Order: sequence, then structure tokens, then C-alpha cells
Amino acid sequence: MSMINYASREINCKIVYYGPGLCGKTTNLEYVYEKVAPSTRGKLISLATETERTLFFDFLPVDLGAIRGFKTRFHLYTVPGQVYYNASRKLILKGVDGVVFVADSQVERLDANIESMHNLYDNLAEYQLDLREIPFVIQYNKRDLPNISSLQELEEQLNPGRVPTFEAVGVRGIGVFDTLKAVSKSVIKSLS
Amino acid sequence: MAYGASSWSFEERDFQRIDRLLQGFLYDSNARCALLVDRTGQMVTSAGEKPEFDTTAFSSLAAADFSANDQLASMIGESEFSSLFHQGEKESMYLADVARRVILVVLFDNRTTLGMIRIKVKGVVRELAEIFREMFDRSAAEPRASRVEPGFADEAEDEIDRLFGDL
Repeated sequence: MSMINYASREINCKIVYYGPGLCGKTTNLEYVYEKVAPSTRGKLISLATETERTLFFDFLPVDLGAIRGFKTRFHLYTVPGQVYYNASRKLILKGVDGVVFVADSQVERLDANIESMHNLYDNLAEYQLDLREIPFVIQYNKRDLPNISSLQELEEQLNPGRVPTFEAVGVRGIGVFDTLKAVSKSVIKSLS
Repeated sequence: MAYGASSWSFEERDFQRIDRLLQGFLYDSNARCALLVDRTGQMVTSAGEKPEFDTTAFSSLAAADFSANDQLASMIGESEFSSLFHQGEKESMYLADVARRVILVVLFDNRTTLGMIRIKVKGVVRELAEIFREMFDRSAAEPRASRVEPGFADEAEDEIDRLFGDL
């Protein structure tokens, strides 16, 4: 947890959506933005290229309201997925409280998922963080597509620690809130 | 459960010391507003004219801006760029590092000058850095006990279910 502000009575938790390029990280945030009540969320900031690929990050604050007198808020971030944006990815992980790894279920993206997962471990290690010790969930996205890996194979390749996983179809919103609920609850638990 | 290396808390007494400092700085420099943003993108506090923009989004962008410039500095062989300046037609921003953990963001207009801001920022950053170092040392010395009151997690989880439950 990065900071509890007792003066303004605020708790902000940072949740980062990680994963390979085009796996659906931004889609997750866009769906959350679309569905939660406008009074609950702030502005969705996207630093993207002209072709709408994430260049630096997307950012969406979601308010839980006052809990025991503390205004509690989740700051949702995505990272750019493309391999060559690693410097930016690393910056976004600073002070992270919880991670969602969005995997692309398509068979041809399996290697990209594995590479991105290794990259996540490496980047967290630079902040002395270990994925096995912080709130972490995996979302298997694009489950509606025809050419997808089996859940068993994805589990074997990406989830040796057996963290909670969720099947999703991000573009239709399926699994998006189950994922967010799980990681946000886990982050809240880590405060106590 | 690990909290990560950067846990710290900001208390009422810290706020009062820092607010006094920032008010003095604003008076001396004639800047409009000063914000303190932590390196993870959260606003710690602000002083002066109340910003009309979305401070949450602003803080995340300011931290990203500063971090990106830090990386650029290291690429050209500098250990850091300790300050950044963005000039607008009417409004300008000056960002300065405080103790490697916090960023002071000063918003000012043509009622003052960059030179004046630069001079006054130097002094206030020194004093802020001292206060923040004390705060970080205090946080580091505290046992890793629960930092929220009992019942917080249960109540927060109920709220998460209520907000996200049927979506």
C-alpha cells in the first residue's frame, strides 16, 4: 500500500492491468467506465497512439465512497502491452497494490502471454515486489473466439501459483467485473 | 501480505506543518497554487487557489510526466532532472522533486516570473524534504500492523459487492 492519507481521510489503492499487446486491458477499463454510475468514477484518461494503441497508460479512478470515515478509491491503470514499451510499463507499476494479468486466450498468443508474465515478474522485482505476495488475479480473455487454448493449458503455462482466475469476453463485458471485484477485495484485505 | 516498499502514511500533524510551509511559499512567490503528488500518482495535499481541474487525473499525469523524465535523464547520463518546467500562454507549471518520493507542482501565471518561482522552490523543497524524510523514517519504524480500523475490510467488501455486483 503506498499511502494512507489520515489528514484528508483518504485511501487510494493502485491496481494495474498487465498483459501482452491487444489482450484487452484497455477494453476492461472502458467497460468499467461505461457501466459504473457516473458519480462513482472519474475521468478515463488514455495516453494512446493515433491508432488507439496504449502508448503510456490508461487511468480510471473508481470511488467506493466513505468506508469507516475514509474516502476509499481504486486507481485503475493499464500498461502498454507491446514489447518495446517496457520502460513505460515499469513506471506504471510503481507503488502498485494489486495486479490483474489479462491473458489473450488465442492459441497463437500463448507465447506472448508467457513472455508478458515473465516481464511482469522481472519488472516487479525491480521494486522489490513479488507476485506471490501481492494481490494478484488472472483473467483469461477472449473466451468466445474459436481458436483458443484450453483452460488447463493456460493454467499450466501461466498460473503455477494457482491465483484466482476468471474467464472473460471483455468486449461484451463478461467477466470484467468478476475480475475487478476479486482483485479489489484482495487489495482491501491486504490493508487489514 | 507484503505492502510493497513504499508504504507510508500522512497524518494531520504532517498536513499542518506542510500546509504552513506551502502557504508561506505561495505568499513569497506569488504563485497560484501548489500541489504535492506522490510518485505513484496520488495527490498528498494542495494549497492556494482551489484547482478547477480534476486533481486525481492531474496527479496521475504529473507523476507519469516526472517519472518519464527521470528515465530520460538516466539515458543521457544524468542521475535525475530535479525540476521540470512547462510553459503555457497564460498558465505555467514548475515541477520539483522532493526527497525522491514526492513531487511539488507549482501553478503560476504572469503575476510572477519563472526566476522567482525557481528561487523560492529551492528553499521550500529543502524544508519539505526534511519533513518527508522524517515521515518516511517514522513509517519505516512502525510495525507492519493493520493500518485501518477493524471492520474496514468487511465494510469495503460489502460496498464492492454493492457497486460492482450486478454489472
